[in-house]
Amino acid sequence: MHTFLGIPTQVLFGQLTLGLINGAFYALLSLGLAVIFGLLNIVNFSHGALYMMGAFAGYILLQVFGVNYWGALVLAPLIVGAFGIVIERTMMARLYRLDPIYGLLLTFGLALIIQGLFRNSYGVSGLPYAAPPIFRAPLQLGFMVLPAYRAWVIVASLVVCLATWFTIEKTSLGATLRAATENPVMVSAFGINVPRLVTLTYGFGVALAALAGVLAAPIYSVNPNMGADIIIVVFAVVVIGGMGSILGSVITGFALGLCEGLTKVVYPQASSTVIFVIMIAVLMVKPNGLFGRAA
Amino acid sequence: MSVADPVAPAQVAAPGAADPRRHDGAVHAAIFAGLVVVLAAAPFLAYPVFVMRVMCFALFASAFNLLLGYGGLLSFGHAAYFGLASYVCAHAARSWGVDPALAILLGTLASGALGAVFGAVAIRRQGIYFSMITLALAQIVYFASLQAPFTGGEDGIQGVPRGKLFGAIDLASDATLYVVAAAIFVAGLLVIYRIVHSPFGQVLRAIRENENRALSLGYRVDRYRLAVFVMSAALAGLAGSTKAIVFQLASLTDVHWTMSGEVVLMTLIGGMGTMFGPTVGALVFTALEFYLSSIGSWVTVVEGGVFVVCVLAFREGIVGVLARRLRRPL
Repeated sequence: MHTFLGIPTQVLFGQLTLGLINGAFYALLSLGLAVIFGLLNIVNFSHGALYMMGAFAGYILLQVFGVNYWGALVLAPLIVGAFGIVIERTMMARLYRLDPIYGLLLTFGLALIIQGLFRNSYGVSGLPYAAPPIFRAPLQLGFMVLPAYRAWVIVASLVVCLATWFTIEKTSLGATLRAATENPVMVSAFGINVPRLVTLTYGFGVALAALAGVLAAPIYSVNPNMGADIIIVVFAVVVIGGMGSILGSVITGFALGLCEGLTKVVYPQASSTVIFVIMIAVLMVKPNGLFGRAA
Repeated sequence: MSVADPVAPAQVAAPGAADPRRHDGAVHAAIFAGLVVVLAAAPFLAYPVFVMRVMCFALFASAFNLLLGYGGLLSFGHAAYFGLASYVCAHAARSWGVDPALAILLGTLASGALGAVFGAVAIRRQGIYFSMITLALAQIVYFASLQAPFTGGEDGIQGVPRGKLFGAIDLASDATLYVVAAAIFVAGLLVIYRIVHSPFGQVLRAIRENENRALSLGYRVDRYRLAVFVMSAALAGLAGSTKAIVFQLASLTDVHWTMSGEVVLMTLIGGMGTMFGPTVGALVFTALEFYLSSIGSWVTVVEGGVFVVCVLAFREGIVGVLARRLRRPL
């Protein structure tokens, strides 16, 4: 068997792909958080709960309506995104003039409600969601065997992240969005409906979380608590990367996933805390985050 | 940070009339006296164990509020200090067999020390980032508690001996324990009152209202922030230690992020930035928890609902509303 630094390469690459997969979810979730924070100035604590809702939407679509994985990949983000828009219009819109901590507290309360409701209906044991048949055969890469579904998750998440980056940085819609982030009063003076832009942005960020949830469903079992712990890790990712840069949060997400995977090989006990330790180190050296702008 | 501040309306009302703040000290002294009377009567009206639970949470929430209401910093990881102290105190009392007073002191000191380390990291960012950082840091304590050999993992530390206070006062009887717990609670609240109404507290308020102005006046803002963070962590530790002795248990519940959320909720219900709000909030919260225990897992949903309602429609909290009506800080 091949070894690298005394570690079997199969184990090493296996953990690194798992790390990349986790990184893909960190990237998708922190991207959504950053987009929402940019325009709404609210840290969406319910992001993890909405990610979980996305996974459940996929599960329910399959079990109750017979909609397959590919249908769920489109429908679940739309459904959960619409739910997000209702939340934004009825609740969050009342808080924009207040201190941002109220947005954090509101979305924390919403996360408790959503998680509690799903826990009451589905229990805490995970529900299985099979990957579509096309991904059944694993990929033989020579140095390792890669389950095809995992490869698909990494590719899909990269494509979505880059498409989001392209839309925000390179299109006129993105330019409007960025302008509204900088100066909403000026943008509305140009005749652009800023409140509608805000609503759609929130809906988009939530849809990203739901998409991540559907992607995650076949890898992790569908579980009401799946979003609770990941959101705290994603907060650390966001602190490390800084929320100022789209590409920055994508790179940070993947890189930290890899770090976590590597730690699982080298020192498994620290794998659940390594990202928080990195966060401390980054805060000591660059308080505004690796890609953050000076406050 | 524009956390609801009951001082502001009183100041607006001041011109013309006699300064209402002149009597505030007397009013607060009367409230403290009333609190002692209520605490003396409470064990005859309610379960003493229930009242002790309220007192532990009330001290915890008041310590949290010292940081949020007066320092303007929303920590979303205060369970770390509450829980660490509870583990340290429980371990010291059970495995080392030390005096409960010493065990409580050790727990408090441990949380203060942890607060100094985490505080130094967290105050490097303000506002919403501060909340996210404190939450992430608290997760380290949670995972450490899950894995460390002395915390008992999922079981926690059970059967913590109440012991003999100062080697003489046996805490085995609920009545004696109640008096000790009440003394710790009132003393802790008085310490917080003293901190808030000291020159240090005034500077904190100045920093919260206008950081740049405080900076330009020569105050070392970061040192004040760190100091209040350490005080808040240590007092949360005092509450956690007392809880460990009273309930003879330290468990993962005490360090989990849900506990951090619950202390925010208690403070929000009672009134952020008020002296007696967190105590009222803790009472309401514990009563809610007690009466809702029959509906089991729906408690989370109700808690979330209370959060949403408070944020949308009741941001001042119970004592905050009272303070505004009475036009004086409470």
